Amino acid sequence: MFGWMGTILRVNLTDGTIKKEPLNKNDACPYLGARGLGTKIMMDEVDPQVDPLSPENKLIFMTGPLTGTAAACPGRYEVISKAPLTGSIGASNSGGHFGPELKYAGYDGIIFEGKAEKPVYLSINNDEVSLKSAVSLWGKTVFETTDELLKATSEDARVTCIGPAGEKLVKFATVMNDKHRAAGRSGLGAVMGSKNLKAVVVRGTKSIQVANPEEFIKACWDARRKLKAHPVTGTGLGAYGTEILVNILNQSGALPTRNWQESSFEHADETSGETLAAKYLVRNKGCFGCSIGCGRVTRIPDGPFKGFGEGPEYEAGWSLGADCGVRDLAAICKANFICNELGFDPITMGSTIACAMEMYEKGILAKEELGRDLNFGDAEGIVEFTRLTGLREGFGDKMAEGSFRLASMYGHPELSMTVKKQEMPAYDGRGVQGMGLEYATSNRGGCHVRGYLTSPEILGIPQKLDPLVTTDKAMWLKIFQDLTAVVDSANICLFSTFAIGLPEISSMLRTALGWDCTDEEILKIGERIWNLEKLFNLKAGFTKADDRLPDRLLKEQVKKGPAKGKVVELDVMLTEYYALRGWDTEGIPTDEKLKELSL
Amino acid sequence: MSCYESHQSQKSTKEVSLALSKYGVQEKGMSKILMVSPEKCIGCRSCELICSFVKTNEFNPKNAAVTVLAYDEAAIAVPMMCMQCENPSCMKVCPVGAIEFKTTGAVVINEDKCIGCKMCLSACPLGNIVFDAGNRKMVKCDLCGGVPKCAYICPSGTIEYKEATSTNLNKKKLIAEKFKEVFGEVQ
Repeated sequence: MFGWMGTILRVNLTDGTIKKEPLNKNDACPYLGARGLGTKIMMDEVDPQVDPLSPENKLIFMTGPLTGTAAACPGRYEVISKAPLTGSIGASNSGGHFGPELKYAGYDGIIFEGKAEKPVYLSINNDEVSLKSAVSLWGKTVFETTDELLKATSEDARVTCIGPAGEKLVKFATVMNDKHRAAGRSGLGAVMGSKNLKAVVVRGTKSIQVANPEEFIKACWDARRKLKAHPVTGTGLGAYGTEILVNILNQSGALPTRNWQESSFEHADETSGETLAAKYLVRNKGCFGCSIGCGRVTRIPDGPFKGFGEGPEYEAGWSLGADCGVRDLAAICKANFICNELGFDPITMGSTIACAMEMYEKGILAKEELGRDLNFGDAEGIVEFTRLTGLREGFGDKMAEGSFRLASMYGHPELSMTVKKQEMPAYDGRGVQGMGLEYATSNRGGCHVRGYLTSPEILGIPQKLDPLVTTDKAMWLKIFQDLTAVVDSANICLFSTFAIGLPEISSMLRTALGWDCTDEEILKIGERIWNLEKLFNLKAGFTKADDRLPDRLLKEQVKKGPAKGKVVELDVMLTEYYALRGWDTEGIPTDEKLKELSL
Repeated sequence: MSCYESHQSQKSTKEVSLALSKYGVQEKGMSKILMVSPEKCIGCRSCELICSFVKTNEFNPKNAAVTVLAYDEAAIAVPMMCMQCENPSCMKVCPVGAIEFKTTGAVVINEDKCIGCKMCLSACPLGNIVFDAGNRKMVKCDLCGGVPKCAYICPSGTIEYKEATSTNLNKKKLIAEKFKEVFGEVQ
């Protein structure tokens, strides 16, 4: 088989059986792999109304046809399940080396079913696959677990696992691989924890073949050459990481600050990628086969926040920084290290602390309950509550539910900056209108990487759009969302799309799979995946009322800066968006649209 | 079978060279050497990917003639590949004289003569010869006939193919000796 490996592992944790099933090409062709194929399997096998943390939910790890090849940034894998944070379809991808290694072991993906009686981990060494006891690993951090499993198996193996946060069902726990990389959003680590599945260790020595090697490698060279030549992927991200965006968004007046009460941060530069590079960056790091190298290996050499690890990424640095009014970059790094070590999402973490800070300052949360003060700007506070949350200790137990459930407990859900119960990251929709629409319509709730309109609206890639107007945003968003679904399902890094687009991705796919189809037909696959996710959410009980933003973005005007006086003009964009999608006025795909997409 | 594979492999190498030449990087020279600067390495292993492809027409880092060793805590990654020794152990140990010097400066296994005894694999003090079990053949860096793809795909400038001046040759020897110290098996 070309591109794909042709085998999927099905692991039933309840009875301990492991089956090797042939990849169903009738599913793989119309859904590509990774996010698309995983969603298709969820739709076919899981009731969308299922409790995400029950044994009836399934947890799927899936790679795509470009994973592990020489394609542009091919080092990813996707984790798919019904998400505990949102109750929607959940799909998060992660880089590092785990995804390619799974393919080299001979598998396109793994479907986990049921629940193990006691903690277990899955061990894969090419054809040998077995479940082993993880009782002695339970309670250990991501780093400890990874080190012990590498020692127990092979130093050349790759590990994906959960930390204490996943075990304790923190609603935004992550699945962590290669120690520092995360399938980060929507709480898929909690699903893994609910199944008593601590880790997957994989070692593979098989080869991936492509249909037309000569043409494929030419397409890869072309894509890589463009990545190298582009200022964002060739220079900017490597030098400063994603944190390079801090100053850019701040200058655009779209850096949400102090739980989105403000839209610019007076200390932004102290938390920027430039400052990180000058003070704490050890070196930059790439995922498997990556030519960008945006990863940050960072060290805080001394002081109260001493530590070593990777990150933060822009959105994590923002949530723990500007959103909490915190200017101490060392504290931000430290809190981010803790998130990686205990295995949970720093975006939701920082935003939840920011929400608690506002509740505290407004007198909704009492000092006695928190155990201390918690004002905006409290650097020690973010580190302490991050640790407490990952372990579900003290007030951290309540924060572990995310900001929506926390604010609702105290009768103030309006203070939670979430869509579908998931925290929106780092781009104020009032100053970047298209991002407002993206948050409202994303199939996994508040999320920036389903249709990253920041690219045209702020960075001017592929062309500059005015971020303050709604014109054409729905049209752009639909294309970006559909293309992103292709990227996530072919399973290459989204960052490659700063430099390459549909033509380059399509030509890598065609030559890898031996397909004879047009670019438009490949984009159609993306649209099919988007609609399938939508159908899952509709069956899970979501309605138009959930395609909505917090009132703060719809009613409170930006106080100063370039976006002064703006709110998100959601209604006008949403109406246009539904129409362009071929959905009715309630946001439900029409029969004609479903027929067109063979759904 | 092996004839067909060899033909395929040659074809792909040629095609890749062609693809490369479009971007003006196809060069040949007798005095050029592969220079490795591990302090620049981002650990992406693109060199492993392209090497395995050029050698086997498939993607499989285990069949690459280059291996990147990454050390998490030390925050460093080191690409290891054949240093094209001036006095190669592999050549000395080969019982059928299949290992030869090329004008590119590469020490190359002549596939027509090779009997697959794997003695060279044992003899290399740097562990830089690999056995590709799938295709039943030895894999060793041959500088891609003077157009080493690893150097061209490397995004960080860690692996460079450049003129051997006395300065960088010294550096290369220094690095090679360190590897030999740390990883050496056969003296």
